[in-house]
Amino acid sequence: MADPVLRVENLTKLFGGLAAVNDVSLDLHLGQVHAVIGPNGAGKSTLTNLISGELTPTSGSIRYLAHGEGEFDLAGLSSDRISRLGIGRSFQKTNIFLPFTAFENCRLAAQSRQQRAWRIFRGASRYADVNAIAEHSLQSAGLAERGQVNAAMLSHGEQRQLEIAMCLATQPRILLMDEPLAGMGPQESLRIVALIRQLAAEHAILLIEHDMDAVFAVAHCLTVMVNGEVIESGTPQAVRASAHVQQAYLGEAHGDTHD
Amino acid sequence: MRSKLTPVILFVAVLLLVAFPFVGEKFYIQLIAKVMIMAIFAMSLDLLVGYTGLVSLGHAAFFGLAGYVLAKAAPQYAAANFWTTLPLALGACAVFALFTGFLVLRTSGIYFIMVTLAFSQMLFFVFHDTPFGGGSDGIYIYAKPEIKIGETALLDLEDFKVLYWFTLGLMTLVYLFLHRVLDSNFGRALIGIKTNEHRLRALGFPTFRYKLASYMLSGTLAGLAGYLAALQFGFVNPEILSWHISGSVLMMVILGGMGSLHGAALGAFVFILLQEMLSNQSWFGPVAKHWQLAMGVFIIAVALLLPHGLVGLGSTLKNRRKRAGGHG
Ligand SMILES: Nc1ncnc2c1ncn2[C@@H]1O[C@H](COP(=O)(O)OP(=O)(O)OP(=O)(O)O)[C@@H](O)[C@H]1O
Ligand SMILES: [Mg+2]
Repeated sequence: MADPVLRVENLTKLFGGLAAVNDVSLDLHLGQVHAVIGPNGAGKSTLTNLISGELTPTSGSIRYLAHGEGEFDLAGLSSDRISRLGIGRSFQKTNIFLPFTAFENCRLAAQSRQQRAWRIFRGASRYADVNAIAEHSLQSAGLAERGQVNAAMLSHGEQRQLEIAMCLATQPRILLMDEPLAGMGPQESLRIVALIRQLAAEHAILLIEHDMDAVFAVAHCLTVMVNGEVIESGTPQAVRASAHVQQAYLGEAHGDTHD
Repeated sequence: MRSKLTPVILFVAVLLLVAFPFVGEKFYIQLIAKVMIMAIFAMSLDLLVGYTGLVSLGHAAFFGLAGYVLAKAAPQYAAANFWTTLPLALGACAVFALFTGFLVLRTSGIYFIMVTLAFSQMLFFVFHDTPFGGGSDGIYIYAKPEIKIGETALLDLEDFKVLYWFTLGLMTLVYLFLHRVLDSNFGRALIGIKTNEHRLRALGFPTFRYKLASYMLSGTLAGLAGYLAALQFGFVNPEILSWHISGSVLMMVILGGMGSLHGAALGAFVFILLQEMLSNQSWFGPVAKHWQLAMGVFIIAVALLLPHGLVGLGSTLKNRRKRAGGHG
């Protein structure tokens, strides 16, 4: 297999005495969805936050092979720097700009890729390239018709879609998606699953998800976490067959977990 | 909050202000000029408080610093050169903002309030307690700066009407300037910081740099107001650096409506004119001595009844009627 674009090695995060992430290693490859599953409190979001720079690891490394820019250890870099390096994330708990329209949320996200902050006399809405990216990401997430609605007025499910659209608008190479389907209706879930599969062709995706049908539909690789530790990792078929995982998680969880 | 009528109303307001010196008395013309200087000051603070989400209680530092720079740079009995003293005053504010910004912007919320206050107090003591600043007596500026090109004077600021129009022109320019800036990429990012800085960083914005730029721009514009104030009063003393001034300008912004430029300007008008009215002995007799009491009641009433300040009056009423009627 080709070299991974992102390699997490022996990553640990302690909160006081609690090891929320404990010696976790995993790889992300372009063209693949790597799903991480596990019960509540397993450390999945903490793992995402460590990679995205929201949290600083206690130990371990996160090596990123940036496009044409060489290799970086992301551990300790700020979240904005990591985002600009091409790693985008969506949040488990919807995190959007409520007073802005859905379009403006995405436009702002797309603006982050342009170094034009010094052009203080040009209206922000007058960059055709940025607007096009914003429109396109709204459309991909199924919000094409809702651009002019204030984010606060969107339904819970639509806000979840907007969360994903904003991540897309930053045009990342690596997507970290923290439970993108949680709180979405079945129709929208199908759309997003299809979107993830389509994005996988050109991106590397870390997908955290409780919906096992979705996970097994898109994942190329599957890691199971419990209490901060990886208990199994491999192809979805292999992990499904593992007695260890059956007992620890999948058996009771399949199909019915959602928060 | 911003209706289609707003530009029309603002345009008419500016026309009325242009016409006022033709009918008003000298005292009132000078009063309104002072109000317009404070409106510039309030708009500069609104950039920080209302658009970037940083509540400062030390904005008088910039206001006073620029005033002192003019006083120190002016020759004792002759007129200063406007073209050199203004950039000097603004530059001093920008540099002061750059250095203090690196420290104050590491904090947020209540700590930001405290640290900005602390810096302005430090500056107060520098000018109050060192021989450099002329002590509590302050420094007189005997002649107004000259605006000349070559040997020809463009404007005679000694003429109180010219000074009034000059101030009006600058206030309008500052408004238009900030209006443009706030609609640019830079401005949108600032509003994003105010709304949800955490998310903006996750989107890749180096928010510290944006906040520093906003802080410097805000401080520099406050310096413009301070320069004009020193020019108009012909006098500076440490009072112009005091936290009273920082508190007053913050109240103007809140009163008028945070996050609205014309709201901040309106706040300055209402605050100062009300203060002038309530303390007028011929209107309120002995009660006028206690004008601060009435002012306090007014401010509390606005804070309780108008969550978006005076400019939000229309939308607040509409919402209330909608809720009362159940439809709208
Ligand atoms: N900032 C924090 N401070 C202290 N403890 C934390 C913090 N963030 C998470 N934790 C703890 O770390 C553990 C892992 O939490 P995390 O949110 O990563 O789990 P998760 O796998 O995402 O769970 P869920 O499926 O509920 O989203 C939990 O016990 C949680 O209480
Ligand atoms: Mg989680």
